[in-house]
Amino acid sequence: MIALEDVTVRAGTFSLRGISLEIPKGHYGVLMGRTACGKTTILETLCGLKPARAGRILLDGRDATHLKAAERGIGYVPQDGALFSTMTVRRHLAFALEIRKAPQETIQARVAELAELLGIERILDRKPPGLSGGEQQRVALGRALSARPGILCLDEPLGCLDEETHDEVCELLKRVCREVAVTTLHVTHSMSEARKLADRIFRIENGTITRVTG
Amino acid sequence: MTASSLAPETASAAHRVRSDVPFVVCLCLLGSVYLLLIVAMLLADLSFTTVGSFLAALRSPEIRYAIRLSLISCSMTALLSLWIAVPIGYLMSRYSFRGKAIVDAALDIPIVLPPLVIGLSLLILFRTAAGRFVEWFIPVTYAVPGIILAQWMVACAFAVRTMRTTFDQISPRQEQVALTLGCSQSQAFWQIVLPQTRRGILAAGTLAWARALGEFGPILIFSGATRMRTEVMPTSVFLELSVGNIEAAVAVSLLMVIAAVAVLLLVRIFGQTEPLKANQV
Repeated sequence: MIALEDVTVRAGTFSLRGISLEIPKGHYGVLMGRTACGKTTILETLCGLKPARAGRILLDGRDATHLKAAERGIGYVPQDGALFSTMTVRRHLAFALEIRKAPQETIQARVAELAELLGIERILDRKPPGLSGGEQQRVALGRALSARPGILCLDEPLGCLDEETHDEVCELLKRVCREVAVTTLHVTHSMSEARKLADRIFRIENGTITRVTG
Repeated sequence: MTASSLAPETASAAHRVRSDVPFVVCLCLLGSVYLLLIVAMLLADLSFTTVGSFLAALRSPEIRYAIRLSLISCSMTALLSLWIAVPIGYLMSRYSFRGKAIVDAALDIPIVLPPLVIGLSLLILFRTAAGRFVEWFIPVTYAVPGIILAQWMVACAFAVRTMRTTFDQISPRQEQVALTLGCSQSQAFWQIVLPQTRRGILAAGTLAWARALGEFGPILIFSGATRMRTEVMPTSVFLELSVGNIEAAVAVSLLMVIAAVAVLLLVRIFGQTEPLKANQV
């Protein structure tokens, strides 16, 4: 479950006040809004990358307002993927588990499981510079899911893809998020994306969030 | 003007673009003046010496000592510069704090200060109580540690600039993702950021090394020019010139040119192989 209660965040030169939204456990929420309206800032605040100036952030029932990003149990996929340029795809999928000092067998099993789920078995030993846009987003998604987070935050994950890849990754997101039953907040400006994926749609306009459907 | 006169066919037919050749020729002429001067300067150096006098200069124990001391002190300076430049570059690239503009300007002081003033300032610093306390344990003024300190004061500023630019070019987004994956800030730095800075570290290290090799003013003031003691290669050039031994001065100068070109080649070779490796994987 993701819940923002009366949260205030600072987005560049302006502040967003009194932001509230709730996505029940296992649901797919989409937050829509125009460019530079503060969508990404809300997502970064949820992930613990920016501080909330007021209000509460609840993640799966626990107060995470003052938790560090590393302690929130959120998988984060930024718009450009932000893959680690010196690491192979295999290490991307293993990274969160290596940081948690998981046993080697567990890591190997998880990498194989994710590679199959995302259809990236053939590129496991490649590095990001040679990957296509769709492959990069699959790897970014796998990296975010590898430590089995309860929550997934996606910042315009389909924004940089061509039309064909866009539909393909959109289907993949829908399937994967259902299969792993993760609570998702997806930020986008595309209504068609929201209709395809969302259980619940929110719109941010003039600094306030309204629930559109779901 | 009628609407028909604005038709696309009429407009494109009337528009003629001048040849680009004069522009490119002007660029080449202006650029070649500088390039020719560099080559002419090096050729003049070469024509001033013979292989015999070059080898004779190299056989001199004083010059051999100066070469050895230069190589050791420059390598120490490069390592010390990196040791400081990596943390300062990262701090200045990633963190905002009150007074950052002042700190940024202060870090450039060694670049803009006349080298002689740096030497004099160091000399005065080591005449203070704090300086004398340090000299109680380790002799600095007019000694080898003073040479390294004088070189480092200037070279480190260049290494800091290079490292800051390197960190600026790496998107902080990757570190942010690493934090959400469970990393502390230090883990994100060591595992995600630092492996991407290999080229920057090499560039900063070689720049500091080359800068230290040519440093003369601060060393002359702070460490003196005593033969077989505080004599580095630029000091040798100065001492040989002052006694009229121009052949030896040119021979040492040529050695410094060779070292500088070698460093330049090293940076180019490493700079080109890394991206190739990344694409081959």
